[in-house]
This record gives sequence, C-alpha cells and structure tokens, in this order.
Amino acid sequence: MDLTELREVAQAEKERQGSIRVHCCTSTGCRAASSMEVFRNLEAAVEEHQCGDRIEVVSVGCMGFCGQGPLVQVEPGEQLYEEVEPDDAGSIISATVGKGTASTTQLDPHHPFFAYQTRVVRQNSGNIDPESIEEYIAVGGYESLYKALYEMTPEAVVAEISNSGLRGRGGGGYPTGLKWATVAKMPGDQKYVICNGDEGDPGAFMDRSVLESDPHLVLEGMAIAGYAVGANHGYIYVRAEYPLAIKRLQKAIQQAKKYGLMGSQVFDSPFDFRVDIRIGAGAFVCGEETALIQSIEGGRGNPVPRPPYPAEKGLYNSPTLINNVETLANIAHIIREGADWYASIGTEDSKGTKVFALTGNIRNNGLIEVPMGITLRQIVEDMGGGVPDGEVKAVQTGGPSGGCIPKQLLDTPVDYKSLREVGSMMGSGGMVVMDQDTSMVEIAHFYMEFCRGETCGKCVPCRTGTVQLYGLLTKLLKGQATEADLEQMKALSYMVKDTSLCGLGQTAPNPVLSTLRYFPEEYTSLLVKPAYLNGKTAEPKPVSV
Amino acid sequence: MAVRTLKIDDKDVAVEAGATIMEAAQEAGVQIPRLCHLEGLSPVGACRLCLVEIEGLNKLLPACVTEVWEGMVIQTQTSKLQDYRRMAVELIFAEGNHVCSICVANGNCELQDVAIEVGMDHSRFPYRFPDRGVDLSHERFGIDHNRCILCTRCVRVCDEVEGAHVWDVGSRGASCFIVSGLAQPWGEVDACTSCGKCVDACPTGAIFHKGETTGEKQRDRDKFAFLSTAREEQQWTR
Repeated sequence: MDLTELREVAQAEKERQGSIRVHCCTSTGCRAASSMEVFRNLEAAVEEHQCGDRIEVVSVGCMGFCGQGPLVQVEPGEQLYEEVEPDDAGSIISATVGKGTASTTQLDPHHPFFAYQTRVVRQNSGNIDPESIEEYIAVGGYESLYKALYEMTPEAVVAEISNSGLRGRGGGGYPTGLKWATVAKMPGDQKYVICNGDEGDPGAFMDRSVLESDPHLVLEGMAIAGYAVGANHGYIYVRAEYPLAIKRLQKAIQQAKKYGLMGSQVFDSPFDFRVDIRIGAGAFVCGEETALIQSIEGGRGNPVPRPPYPAEKGLYNSPTLINNVETLANIAHIIREGADWYASIGTEDSKGTKVFALTGNIRNNGLIEVPMGITLRQIVEDMGGGVPDGEVKAVQTGGPSGGCIPKQLLDTPVDYKSLREVGSMMGSGGMVVMDQDTSMVEIAHFYMEFCRGETCGKCVPCRTGTVQLYGLLTKLLKGQATEADLEQMKALSYMVKDTSLCGLGQTAPNPVLSTLRYFPEEYTSLLVKPAYLNGKTAEPKPVSV
Repeated sequence: MAVRTLKIDDKDVAVEAGATIMEAAQEAGVQIPRLCHLEGLSPVGACRLCLVEIEGLNKLLPACVTEVWEGMVIQTQTSKLQDYRRMAVELIFAEGNHVCSICVANGNCELQDVAIEVGMDHSRFPYRFPDRGVDLSHERFGIDHNRCILCTRCVRVCDEVEGAHVWDVGSRGASCFIVSGLAQPWGEVDACTSCGKCVDACPTGAIFHKGETTGEKQRDRDKFAFLSTAREEQQWTR
C-alpha cells in the first residue's frame, strides 16, 4: 500500500457511498434505547421504498447528544431526528424520499449544544461507520501515518507534537511532546506504546465513545507514536465493561493489517507496528499507569512507586510511552493539519480541545468537545441548558479525583491551570452538574464510597484512610458527628492526599476537601449540637481549609 | 565507583550512587521507621512510614525505594512527618486485631516497636473489628488474618528467597487478605515447603508457629542473612 493506493481506496469508497446517507447512532448509549432496532427498521424501510441506490443507512458512532438518543441524521441536509423509536424509522425514510413527514421531532443543528463545539477528536464520530476502514480512509484516514513515515523523521514528529502544545488528556496534563521526547531518547531496542482506555470515573464515557466511534483514529495515533519514539509494539488496554469498543477495535486492527497499515512493514516502509488488545477486568486503579503496566504483564493491578517513570522503565522493564485514548486521538489531526493549527485552538497554557461527558442534573446531557478556555458557565448554562428545575449549585469535574466547583466560580475558564486553582482538576473529562437540592456532603460520601471500594489496598493511607473517611462522612450524615470528627476528617484527608502511593489515593480526598472549602456550612449544620445550647442553634462556624 | 554526597537530618553522608535514602540514612545513623521493608527483599513502598521530606520537592518520597542524588537535603523527622506516621500507625491498629496483650508476638513485634517509636499510645480512629478468620490447617504454622497488616513480606520472601510463591494478595481495598495457594487452606497447598521463612519475615503475630503462647514468638537474628542461608545451615527454629 502506498499513498496512491490509499487515495484510490478513498475514491472508490466515496463513489460507493449513496448520495443520501442516513446516519443512525449505534453506540452503547443509543443501543440501550433500541437504536439497533431503529437501524434495522431504517434498512428495511429503504428496501421497501426501493431507494437503496440513492439512500444508504449507515451505522455510525456517537453524535454527542446522548440524552436525546437514539439520534438519526440525514446527510446532506440538516435533519437530525431525536429520540427515534423503532416505529419512526419508516416515516424518516418516507420524509427523506419526499413522501410525508417524519413522526419524530428534530433537533436544531444550530442549537448551542452544537454551536459552541470545536470538533477535532470527534470530527468523524457520527459521520463514519466505525466498522469500515474504507470510510475512515475516505475522510483522510491514515494519510497522517503515511506523512509521518515518508515525509518526517521521528524527531520531526516529536517536535511537531511538542509545538502543538498538546497535553495529556488523561487528566494529569503532562506535556505530550515532552513525554514522547523522553521515550524517544531512552536507549534500548525494545520500546512499547500503550493506549490507556481504562476509563472508570463515575459519569465519564469519553474514551469509550472515541473507541466505539472512531477506532482507526486511535490506532493511527498509536502507530505515529510508535514511529516517533522507536516502538514497534503497542497495547490498547480497554476495560471489559466496554465490549462494543473492544469488538470494534479488534475489527479495526484486522482491517488495518489487511491493508498493510499495521503489522510488519507498515505502508511498505521498514517500520513494523503490531497492536494487541488487553482487556482489563474492571479495577479503577488499573487506569493508573504503573498499575496498568502490571496488569498487562499479567500481575495484580497494583501501582508501584514512581520514579522510575514508565518512560524510563515501563512494560517488561522497557521504555514505554503511555497515553490516554483522547491524547492519541489528537495525533493524526496534528500531523495532518500542523502544530500551528492545533496551537491556535485553546489558551496560552492549554492548547486544543477537550471532550467532556456532560451529565447530572442538566437539561442537555451528552458528549461535547469544546476549545480549552471556554467557561464552565458557557458549558453548563448555554450548551447544557442549565438545570431543568432550579439552578446550578456546583459542577464536579475530574471524577473522584476532582473537586466540586460552586456556582459563583462558574466563570472559571476550563483549562488545566484554572481548574487546579479552584481546587479541582481537568481529569479525564467527566463533568457532573448538581442542582440546589444536592447535598454536598452526600456527594463527598458517594465519591469516598467509590474510592474505598476501588483502592487496590496496597498502601496503608489509601486502604485504611478511605475507609475511615467514609466512616466519618457516614457519621456526619447520620447526625452523630462532633466538631472533633470534622477536624479529624480534615487532618485525615490531608494525610491520605500527601502520603498515598499513587494518584488514586493522592486525589481520593479531593471531593471532601473541595466541598469543605466551598460549602462548609453544609458540614457544620450536620454536627451534633452541644447539650449546653439546650435546643437553640449555634452559629455555624466557618471551617478553614 | 561513583559516590553521592547528601545531607540527612543535618548530617553529611556519602554513599554509593544507586543507594536508597534508607541505606544512606543507615549509613548516617538515622533511623527511619518502616514496616513493609525488609532488607534483601524487593522494596514495595506500601506502608508509607518511611516517607521523608526533600528540600525543593513538594511531594513526600518513600526512603525505601527512592535513590539518592547528589546534594539532596533530606529531613526525616519533621512534625508533619511525625504526625502522618502516627496517623498511619493508628490506621493500621484500627484496621485489624492488634491487641498486644493476647498476641504471640507481644514484646517481639515490629508494629508494636513502631507504635512506640512514633508515640502512638491509642488510636483516635474507631476500631473496625473485621472478622477475617484464622487458618490453622498447616501442620506446624498458623496464620491469623486479623493480625495481618498486609506488608506482603511473607509474599515476597516466599517468592524471592524460597521460590515457592505460596502466598499472594487476594481481593482489593479493605477486603484485601493474604491467600495461600489458589485460595486454599494453607495445609493443602502442595507448593509449601514448610520452610518457615514467612513466619520469620512476618513483622507481627499474624504468621506464627503453632503452640507458641503469648510473648513466646522468637525473632531471628540478622533477619535476611538468616532467611537466605537457613536451608544450608539447617538453622530452622522449629
């Protein structure tokens, strides 16, 4: 396969595609709302109308507006049907061929939910069939890999990624180019690239969606990364709870191998790149890079102290590049469009876009991809349409590792630095909106319950500290806690944060600390009233954090 | 041989490059508390008692696994570290059954020693009274999971020194426990050579010789040298 052949495949695919394409989302979210049945009915309706030569029904990935799914989009045109029932399929096809109207409502494609978005990672999501490599090639897929292999040196690829300003989308925000440069410079013949798809934060489903909607984009990113750092073997670690993502990845790898885009001599160049899938058994801690490596090696998914970092000594003690799904999904676009284009999106400190899973008490929930620097208010109120009945109280970003940002800070721009300054973090991209009826103590309790259950149990502060923190929060919610308990909870939170071995423990107390910082009165109001007050209420005492 | 010079608790010390902070501290005569670490076994950094402060770094680093670098300035006894260590020991005590007076290791227990060292006279956390069970199926030894602090010394000594890998850790989080074989009763594990290394490596009274009564548990001399040469020297304590 060379560039001419690749473009011939693209051309043939474009010619094959019908003039009208009816996109039906068949990702996990919409599948749960019977989208597979919708898809089959759409196909049957096309057959019935005998318009298969003009209309093609395509099973596509996530279009984003998950709360209104299943979604069906007709292209070209602006028809985007929401909450499509299987029975609506016939009328949609009838409307498409100009006979009658569809029996389901349409979404406005200029709705703020879509208008504020800048789609890089999710560019192809919802537009192509994720199970067809030809469709991916038709939208320019694998051209970046060709460009990297034949027009750039590995150093130039690393420099391009560095110049783009891309930072790790797994949450930490480490400069991607720097990580690549470190692995590239490490001596050793055997190096690895790992794609971290072990997404487990409550409320987050960005990586799942990217893998389900555009698996080739991630594979291409991995191959480019392999070429840049000198690795010829990659692993994709996906949690077992994502069977559709696994199935589509398996298919994508097979297809890419068939075309000579994976395996030995990629694009007939001297570069070999093999990708294997590893299925995680569902432990949140395995998202931590050192635990993930242990898990791939077949060991217990326990983290190990860093340094040495995986870049120096990772999988099978070899230098290993480990990047999150979303980070790798940016690579092909950066190579194709150039670092300057990417760096022009976002802010000075945080370049590019970020995918968020917008959920919770919000009118429009789903997946969004926004340029860095957009404010939380724009996301929550404009795109999300605010809270259905009432007002926003707080927004949780960063999952269990993040914090709750109160409504008075909604004008905080979404970038790595600003979120950290308000006591939260970017995280992998879960964004949970809470309304005025939400008890922040209960939220902290919920996240602590999650961390308590998900800690691997290796280090003392995380294993036993989260249990005790959970116990203290339970005591508080039962109305049995005293001021001393509150002080102990604070002290213990800092201890767990400062002394835990890995990221899970170090960030586990964040929901407690951030809610204590912004909503101290919710904690103090639950304290046992001292007997000497004789039924009268004491002034709530501010808690200093 | 390259040498690194550094300062630990205001004491100058020169050690070989590649040495850990804990080894450097030993050289300088500074005692850093530890529970999961046993010299000669691979370090795991799990008990977090050996965390130290390093000038210029925000993070606390475990002395057992962190290699020294030139010009390092280390503090091992700041009030923050002492607070955290005491809290960690309290957490361990609240986690299982660590009632010393009825333990075979009483007076001969590293957890007890560390508790004294960090000044822990009581735990401020509520005791959790887990019911973890006792396995007495082995002919000579027993394991009381309630007294286990999950330091994994038994796991490592059995794997790395004896080569039998009888032990491992099962489950996760607060439900973690030490398993023998494929979660079989210890006495039914064919791989067990009954060498007793796990008994000697255990810092508490969790793994013991059957028939030992309170305060009778014997500790062995120069720990690791003993563990690695006991077979040749026919030195078992049974």
